[in-house]
Amino acid sequence: MSTVAFAETHDDPNTLRASSRSWSGPASKRIVTGYGFWIFILSDMVMFSAFFASYAVLVGQTAGGPSGRDLFDLRSVAMETGFLLASSFTCGLATISADARQTTWFQLAMAVTCVFGLAFLILEGREFAALVTQGAGPTRSAFLSAFFTLVGCHGLHVSAGILWLLTMMAQVFTKGFRPDIQRRILCFALFWHALDIIWIAVFTIVYLLGSAA
Amino acid sequence: MSNAHHELDDCIDLAPGDEHVEGGIGQRVIGYLTGLGLAILLTATSFFVAGTDLVWQPSIPVALIVLAIAQMGVHLVFFLHITTGPDNTNNVLALAFGVLIVFLVIGGSLWIMANLNHNMMPMDEIMQMQR
Amino acid sequence: MFGKLTWAAIPIDQPIPMIASGVVALAILAILAWVVIKGHLPYLWHEWITSVDHKRIGVMYTLLAMVMLLRGFADAIMMRAQQSVAFHSQGFLPPEHYDQIFSAHGTIMIFFVAMPFVIGLMNLVVPLQLGVRDVAFPTLNSVGFWLTATGALLVNISLVVGEFARTGWLPYPPLSELAYSPGVGVDYYLWSLQIAGVGTLVSGINLVTTVLKVRTRGMTYLRMPMFCWTALATNLLIVAAFPILTATLAMLLLDRYLGFHFFTNDGGGNMMMFMNLIWAWGHPEVYILVLPAFGIFSEVVSTFSGKPLFGYRSMVLATMAICVISFMVWLHHFFTMGAGPDVNAIFGIASMIIAVPTGVKIYNWLFTMYGGRVRFETPLLWSIGFMVTFIIGGLTGVLLAVPPADFVLHNSLFLVAHFHNVIIGGVLFGAFAGYTYWFPKAFGFKLHEGLGQAAFWCWQVGFYVAFMPLYAVGLLGMTRRMQHYDVPEWHPWLIVAGFGAALILCGIVFQILQLVVSIRQRARLADKTGDPWDGRSLEWATSSPPPVFNFAVLPDVSGEDAFWRIKKRAAEGTVSDEKPEYRDIEMPRNSPTGFVCAFFATMMGFALIWHIWWMVAAGAIGAFATFIVFAWRDHDEYVIPADEVARIDRSSNAQRQAILSAQAAR
Repeated sequence: MSTVAFAETHDDPNTLRASSRSWSGPASKRIVTGYGFWIFILSDMVMFSAFFASYAVLVGQTAGGPSGRDLFDLRSVAMETGFLLASSFTCGLATISADARQTTWFQLAMAVTCVFGLAFLILEGREFAALVTQGAGPTRSAFLSAFFTLVGCHGLHVSAGILWLLTMMAQVFTKGFRPDIQRRILCFALFWHALDIIWIAVFTIVYLLGSAA
Repeated sequence: MSNAHHELDDCIDLAPGDEHVEGGIGQRVIGYLTGLGLAILLTATSFFVAGTDLVWQPSIPVALIVLAIAQMGVHLVFFLHITTGPDNTNNVLALAFGVLIVFLVIGGSLWIMANLNHNMMPMDEIMQMQR
Repeated sequence: MFGKLTWAAIPIDQPIPMIASGVVALAILAILAWVVIKGHLPYLWHEWITSVDHKRIGVMYTLLAMVMLLRGFADAIMMRAQQSVAFHSQGFLPPEHYDQIFSAHGTIMIFFVAMPFVIGLMNLVVPLQLGVRDVAFPTLNSVGFWLTATGALLVNISLVVGEFARTGWLPYPPLSELAYSPGVGVDYYLWSLQIAGVGTLVSGINLVTTVLKVRTRGMTYLRMPMFCWTALATNLLIVAAFPILTATLAMLLLDRYLGFHFFTNDGGGNMMMFMNLIWAWGHPEVYILVLPAFGIFSEVVSTFSGKPLFGYRSMVLATMAICVISFMVWLHHFFTMGAGPDVNAIFGIASMIIAVPTGVKIYNWLFTMYGGRVRFETPLLWSIGFMVTFIIGGLTGVLLAVPPADFVLHNSLFLVAHFHNVIIGGVLFGAFAGYTYWFPKAFGFKLHEGLGQAAFWCWQVGFYVAFMPLYAVGLLGMTRRMQHYDVPEWHPWLIVAGFGAALILCGIVFQILQLVVSIRQRARLADKTGDPWDGRSLEWATSSPPPVFNFAVLPDVSGEDAFWRIKKRAAEGTVSDEKPEYRDIEMPRNSPTGFVCAFFATMMGFALIWHIWWMVAAGAIGAFATFIVFAWRDHDEYVIPADEVARIDRSSNAQRQAILSAQAAR
């Protein structure tokens, strides 16, 4: 995303740190972009909170159909969690390589992140397909509607993230580490790590509590 | 060291996700490794607690929630580099506002809907009775 | 090939929508033809449609709001006319048409009039008040505007192709579920709001980041003008509330399109979850609309009283308190739908508490005027009209916050009168005050004062004549959304209300006239000083209209009322004579990204409504491709050289200096 340049920001180093209470002028583009994206992530979390709330309210409404305890396969969920966690780590490595301008390491780390993300999606897709073939699709009951929507929304975010990831790899390949591309990498990393945080809530509230309770 | 860190030097603020490190790449990797280790530990404990009958059963949901919150904290600190430092005040405030809204929406919905279900029979049961 | 879309979708047999849309289509064609023939198309494309300048985008938002106000008002006056004749008769609107009209009226007025109006004013003014050159994300800003326009376009398409929702401005299930609303009306509603909602969210993120991160040197939080504070609070609310709306509407869409069971009667669905979530967005939305209006009144009252705002810090505190408490009152919209006394009591008390910071604000405005040199020009008239009207609306609101009273008044016309009382008296009057106040800043000439006052009085009197009777019929037991009735006691009141609507129509006519006359007399009304009202904040420190970079040199702020201080120092002659040091200025390049994106969004939205799946895919791919093309640009900025900046700045300074010394000589 393009942001406005404010040439004045860094021109006078003496006034900048004069006092932390006074404001030194428009922040740098990196801070502005990162902060704007941070606000977007918070709004995304609020959106997830609405889906979590619906899930929590409707979790008992199985309409005579299967409940979470009958359906969830914790081994598959544990593997999904592992993949996502590992991808978060490799995404961090990609951030470090981008900061160090190491193209090869960056592309490698991003590729591995992509593979982990795809593995996650494949497992989730298999789980969904298995549920639908057993007759436990989203149209079966309110519980399953809420389940598919919540988990599927996270999955959609991961898919969008992979699309973004591939775009970033292509951008670095063609354009190198330009400042605007560096900023986009920062935002991508924020997005990917935030998805992992949402997944923590998903596996705890949906899967673990769902099969324990 | 990098473009990002040039800008950091003369700023009192940090972009969310940027970390303020003096050390080199090695130290940053160690930071991510620590985060990964803690996260794996907490996740493994969660999955273990959910399936075990070693602990008092009613405590399991509480334990799971506590573990999840702890793991979210680990991710925030080690992966998203959200700290309590003065360069992060704005980022933390935004996060706090977001978390407040998340709790209001989830908590409020659960409370209200429990109350409504208690006082008004859900449609489903009314339909059952009519059959 | 075309999904559900057939020729039967066009309501050829219904004269009212056909004539209305025919007239609108003719008008649009005439304007387009005029633009093309006169050769204005390149100008429009380069200077407006692809513009990423926050001032231009702000103006376009406001224009969209005013055009949609005409559409929404046309719906309103049809409803008032229907109810004044529909005593023991069917009136002139059949029920299925009447239902679409009240749904469209509410949807348009909230989402496509009030929202774009306040967002437009914030876009125009906030960067200027903060003393900076643009918002944080200029291109995103343009995307946000065009997505909002897409939503408005889809709502208007529903007039000709298909139908609009008949479910009210919030489509409560199960009525809005496929089983009871099988047509495309609800889909039009849902998709246009989803698309416009993305635009609103984008603009909210943009303005939050702008206020928190992009301020000129020395502009600390507690030196920001009040309007910036209310803009911050509003956009925080947008960022926190609109995702809930998106999620809720998405669930209804899943119910309708894929047979999910969120809010259905069967399958364990729970329609009350919809009420709960939609109002968790809906109540903050009320404050999203009214907080910017509060900011406008603060600016106007202080400027036209020639005094600093009374109780600035308490005002900041009140604004931020409203920002948080507005998330804790949403249940009061459905007190009567089954919550127990404990829940009702707590939300009732919270609803009363939120009136306290608002009361603080009213007192602050009154004390600002007290002892000031008050100039009764149009912006201040709107503000005073607001204070009187809003207090009445606020008090009826507190009445409705008492759960037992709400059980009597819920969904009666009393409620309708209440929320029109606060939205017209608060938001709309605020928007009009801001429009009159900042118009000279945007265009370099004032609006005609006499016609403005005429418009004000018509609106003010018209409002009372139209809505006070509705309080009365509400107490007499009339519920909202009635197509006809047979209670003789109601009839006279509704006739009076119809006259009120006609008076408001006069107000709108005067406003159109005012705009036309002002444009024709722009030479006489011109303002060359950049400071027509003796303003106090930084937007008046630059010329009118401001240059594309707003400020040749970013101002240095040393306290509240930054421009007032600059003027005071100039009057005292304590300004040092050092020449400003001009530098090259980098500005973002214009970009068609927003417009192209909106094109694909319109395509997708329309295709989703009519189940034309190949077109959905084409739209999605097109939108993604647009972003890729945008991301691959190599030059996203252009440089205005220092010489050019100096030339522009010196000439405007010389012009202003000449006027000022001429005034001093007089």
